[in-house]
Amino acid sequence: MEAIVQQFFNLGIMREALPLILEGLKQTLIICLIVIPLGLVGGLAFALISLSRFRAARWTMVAAIDFFRSIPPLVLLIFIYAGLPFAGLRLSPLTAVAIAFFLNTSSYYGEIYRAGIESVGLGQWDAARSTGLRTHHTLAYVVMPQAVRNVLPDLVSNTVEVVKLTSIASVVALPELLYSADMARSVTFNSSPIVLAAAIYLAMLWPVVRLISRLERRIAT
Amino acid sequence: METWSRFLDTFFKWQVMERYLPAILKGMVVTIEVAAAVVVTGILFGLALAIVRAFRVLALNALIVVFVDMLRALPPLVLILLVYFGLPNIGINLPSFAVLWLVLALVLAAFAEEIFWAGILSIPKGQWEAARSTGLGFLGTLACVILPQAIRLTVPPLTNRTIAITKNTALGTVIGVGEILNQATSAESFSGNATPLMMGAIAYLILFVPVVALGRFLETQFAWRRV
Repeated sequence: MEAIVQQFFNLGIMREALPLILEGLKQTLIICLIVIPLGLVGGLAFALISLSRFRAARWTMVAAIDFFRSIPPLVLLIFIYAGLPFAGLRLSPLTAVAIAFFLNTSSYYGEIYRAGIESVGLGQWDAARSTGLRTHHTLAYVVMPQAVRNVLPDLVSNTVEVVKLTSIASVVALPELLYSADMARSVTFNSSPIVLAAAIYLAMLWPVVRLISRLERRIAT
Repeated sequence: METWSRFLDTFFKWQVMERYLPAILKGMVVTIEVAAAVVVTGILFGLALAIVRAFRVLALNALIVVFVDMLRALPPLVLILLVYFGLPNIGINLPSFAVLWLVLALVLAAFAEEIFWAGILSIPKGQWEAARSTGLGFLGTLACVILPQAIRLTVPPLTNRTIAITKNTALGTVIGVGEILNQATSAESFSGNATPLMMGAIAYLILFVPVVALGRFLETQFAWRRV
C-alpha cells in the first residue's frame, strides 16, 4: 500500500512537476483549438463531397474517408513527421500533428455529418426548395440544423476522441500534457506525474462523457 | 521524370522492400495476435459487465459506471504508460505485449459495456414481463429473450468502436511491442529510407480496409432506427 502511494500518488513529486505539466496542458489546449475546428469544418466538406451529385467525386471521397479510417492516426502522424522529410518536406511537430489529425478527424466527423444529413427526410428538401430557397440555403437553414441535432451525441463523443487523440502528439516530441508528464516521470523514476496528467484529462473529459451518456439516453427514448 | 523516380526511390525502393518484408510480416502477425486477444476478451468482459449491471445492485452499478467513465475519458496512451512504467516499481512485471493487451481490452470492455447496456435498455419492458410470466427466471429472460434482441442492435456501434480501438494496437510501438509500426520505424532508421513506413501503412490498409468496409455494410444492415 505504502509503495503504491509512493509510486503513484506522491504529492511532493506532483507539486514539483506541476509547472511543467501545466505548460503541457497549454500545448494540449492549443492543439485542440487548432484541430477541433479544422476537423469540424473539414468533416462538413468531406460529408458534402461524399454526398455530391457527381459520382467520381463521391467515390473518391468515400475511398479517402475509408483510407483515413483504416490507418491508425499514430501511423499517419509518424508517416508525415518521419517519412516526408525523406522526400524533402520537413515539418514542425505541430504542423505534422495538425495535418495528420485534420485528415483523420475530418474523416470521422465527415461520416457523422453524412449520417445526420441522410437522416433528414427528402421531403424536407422538396418543401424548402418549393418555398423558393436555393440549394445552399436549404442545406444551411433547413437540413443542417436538423442533421446536427440528430447526430449531436456522436459529434460530441468524437470530439472527446479528438481530445484524447492529442496525447499521441507526445510521440513526435510535441511537449503537450502527456509528453511533459512522461518527461517528469523519466526524471523522477516515479509515475505520479502521469497520474497527475491522467487526473487533468479526467477533469476535462469526465463531465463531457457524462453528458454524452445523458444525450444518448434522451435520443433513445 | 526526375521527381517521379525520386519519389519511387524514397517510398517504394525495391531493395528495401525485399529486405524488410519479413519484418513487416512479423509485425502483422503480432498486430493480429494483439487485436484478436483484445477483441475477444474486451467484448466478453464488456458483456459480462452489462449483465451484472442488469441486476441493478446499486453499489455494483456505481462501480461499473465509474470504471466505464474513467476508461472512456482517459487517452489509452496515458494508461499504457501508466501501467508499463508504474507497475514494475510496485513489483509487478508485465511484458509489453501483456500491457498493451490489458489496457486495450479494458478500454474496449468499457465502451462495449455502454453499448450493450444501451441495447438492453432499448428492449421494451413488456418483453421482460411477458418472458417472466411464462415462468422464465431473471437470467433465463436475460439470456434467451432480452440479449438476443439487444445484441442485434449493438452490432453496428460495437463494430465501429472495436475497429477504432483495435487500431490503437499501433500505440504498442511506444513501449516496444513488435507490431507493424514498431517494425516499420526500426526498419526505417536502419535503412535510412521511408519505404518501410510506406510498407507499414500498406500493411495496416490490408488489415483494416476490409474491416472498415464490413463496418459500413453492417451499419446499413442493422441500422439503428432513428425517428
